[in-house]
Amino acid sequence: MTTLVATVARYRPPTRFIPVLATLVLLLVMYGVGVAQYRAFSGPQVVFNVFIDNGFLLVVAVGMTFVILTGGIDLSVGSVVAMTAMVAASLLNAAWPPAVVMVVALSIGPLLGFTMGCIIHYFQIQPFIVTLAGMFFARGMVTLISRVSIPISDPFWTSMAQTRIRFGRDFISPTVVVSLLVVVVAGFVLAYTRLGRNVYAIGGNQQSALLMGLPVARTKIAVYTISGLCSAIGGVLLSFYTLSGLPLIGVGMELDAIAAVVIGGTLLTGGSGFVLGTMLGVLVLGVIQTLITFDGSLSSWWTKIVIGGLLFAFILLQRLVVARKR
Amino acid sequence: MTPALTNFTRHRLFWPLVVLALLLLANVIYRPSFVSVELREGHLYGSLIDIVRLSAPHMLVALGMTFVIATGGIDLSVGSVVAISGAIACLHISGQGDQNGIGGVLTAVALGLGLSLLLGLWNGFLVAGIGIQPIIATLILMVAGRGLAQLITQGQIITVNSSPYKLIGAGYSLTVPFSIVIALDVTGLAAALTRRSALGMIIESVGGNAEASRLAGVRSRRIILLVYVISAFCAGIAGFMESANVSGADGNSAGLWFELDAILAVVIGGTSLSGGRFSISGTVLGALIIQTLTTTVYAMNITPQTSLLFKAIVVIAVCLIQSPQFRAAVFKRRSRPVGPTTPHEPAQPPIVEASV
Repeated sequence: MTTLVATVARYRPPTRFIPVLATLVLLLVMYGVGVAQYRAFSGPQVVFNVFIDNGFLLVVAVGMTFVILTGGIDLSVGSVVAMTAMVAASLLNAAWPPAVVMVVALSIGPLLGFTMGCIIHYFQIQPFIVTLAGMFFARGMVTLISRVSIPISDPFWTSMAQTRIRFGRDFISPTVVVSLLVVVVAGFVLAYTRLGRNVYAIGGNQQSALLMGLPVARTKIAVYTISGLCSAIGGVLLSFYTLSGLPLIGVGMELDAIAAVVIGGTLLTGGSGFVLGTMLGVLVLGVIQTLITFDGSLSSWWTKIVIGGLLFAFILLQRLVVARKR
Repeated sequence: MTPALTNFTRHRLFWPLVVLALLLLANVIYRPSFVSVELREGHLYGSLIDIVRLSAPHMLVALGMTFVIATGGIDLSVGSVVAISGAIACLHISGQGDQNGIGGVLTAVALGLGLSLLLGLWNGFLVAGIGIQPIIATLILMVAGRGLAQLITQGQIITVNSSPYKLIGAGYSLTVPFSIVIALDVTGLAAALTRRSALGMIIESVGGNAEASRLAGVRSRRIILLVYVISAFCAGIAGFMESANVSGADGNSAGLWFELDAILAVVIGGTSLSGGRFSISGTVLGALIIQTLTTTVYAMNITPQTSLLFKAIVVIAVCLIQSPQFRAAVFKRRSRPVGPTTPHEPAQPPIVEASV
């Protein structure tokens, strides 16, 4: 017995898992606080709602994880989400068949991402400034298409919005299934494919990756394309969720996505992090919002202050972890 | 081309100047009355004056951002600082019995500046003290600061009715908009401090290589701390201008997108985002270009949001022109017939000394 305790006490998780574990602990603590404070919090539906309300953010943050793992950043995601939803809404309004609309909507994001990736890599302009321009471009396109919201009445879209996958009395929407699928696929790609290993290698040290003969150009362009694709999927999910194209939706979503990735334990310098951590990060953001909604007396701006505080705490933790590694 | 002309086109302010000239030209073609400036009730009126007046807060924020970027950093929190300083100043003034009292306004301004300096110290501490990447260190305040501003205003818009305070944003002094006088004074002071002393060179050396500068005897950390404080200070003043211009503080939307516009202005002005050199005159020019672009879009009856589209195109165009790789790819064919054996021109234009 004593040896077992000693073994458990002596056990230290590998350093690279510490940030993710910290996020998990935080998530559990926050959920515990919620359950202790509010009776309605304990039902599974609360958890399901967090997934339903943040499914699109989850997908976007997964794309962002790829970019941040290479040491880059993608500020265009929020605008691309809005643009995708807007394009889908306007095309559906013009009575295009839903299948075609889906293909068009899902191809714009990756195309923009591909273009930005090429500019970033071949002309050596900072990702920050290129994706900033991409953000402006996409947001400008949104308002060029329409300045007012366009409602969607297509039967396929409404069925996606209203379908409930039931578990007893509780339910999730199909969008949750899609977003979880994206997480699984992304996790697989990062952990078990050549592309995934190239992403980590470039994030670790681009020069070394190049000298090792890894396809730096292809990989870098690929991550921005993936981020664009994830934003496009997020945009389609958002259009399922809101059943409209809204010109001002997704403003600031890039910050939520970056915050989720950082809270999820991915190093902003690249090279270290997990998609699962990003999912936990999104859940932390979602639970904070739920807690503040449940409380009722706290105003919405406390969400921002708390997220800022958490960002600070997690970045500090990352510094400590990295410092110990050295 | 004659050497003088070549020197001129190689000057790093050449392309920004061309862009500004083209924008102004487009305006004149669209509406010839654009250039007219008249004197009415002792104030100068006209589109050009409007551009200059409205660009003042952007110019200040971009000025602070220039120093931060020169050290290889970035300050995303300026928009939130703009909102916070405006909010705290308006809160103080709205609590005064006599809102027109000079004393109350001065205390409000002092409060706002003090808080801004504190926020700048916080950013500087995170970057220089703890060693967090600038983009993420300032992201914290960008997210949380917006919440703080709303906390100060309690989610409302605090309106003030104070003529001395309004002077900061919308007033005139000797026929010229007062805000631009403030902006140019601060810019001039900053230019004198950095280019007439070693400070500018030290900032550039820290941006070039912080560790090497430290070994050479420069207190890198102190300099990095300083630039974030300067940036927050400039953003604080811009916050007064923004709130004074509309006589109210809105924690939610004041200073929104400011950080992006400021970064654009700095980049358009030829300051490299990787740090190591900066150009104050370039930044001033960049801020003017951004504001002219916005005004142009308004004047042509295009929705303000769509102006983002034009900004995107301008930014990418300017960045591509400044990118050595792009120049090499595009101008390769032209230079070949002249002398195929000569290597390409040095990508970066020669640094012009003390260009302020």
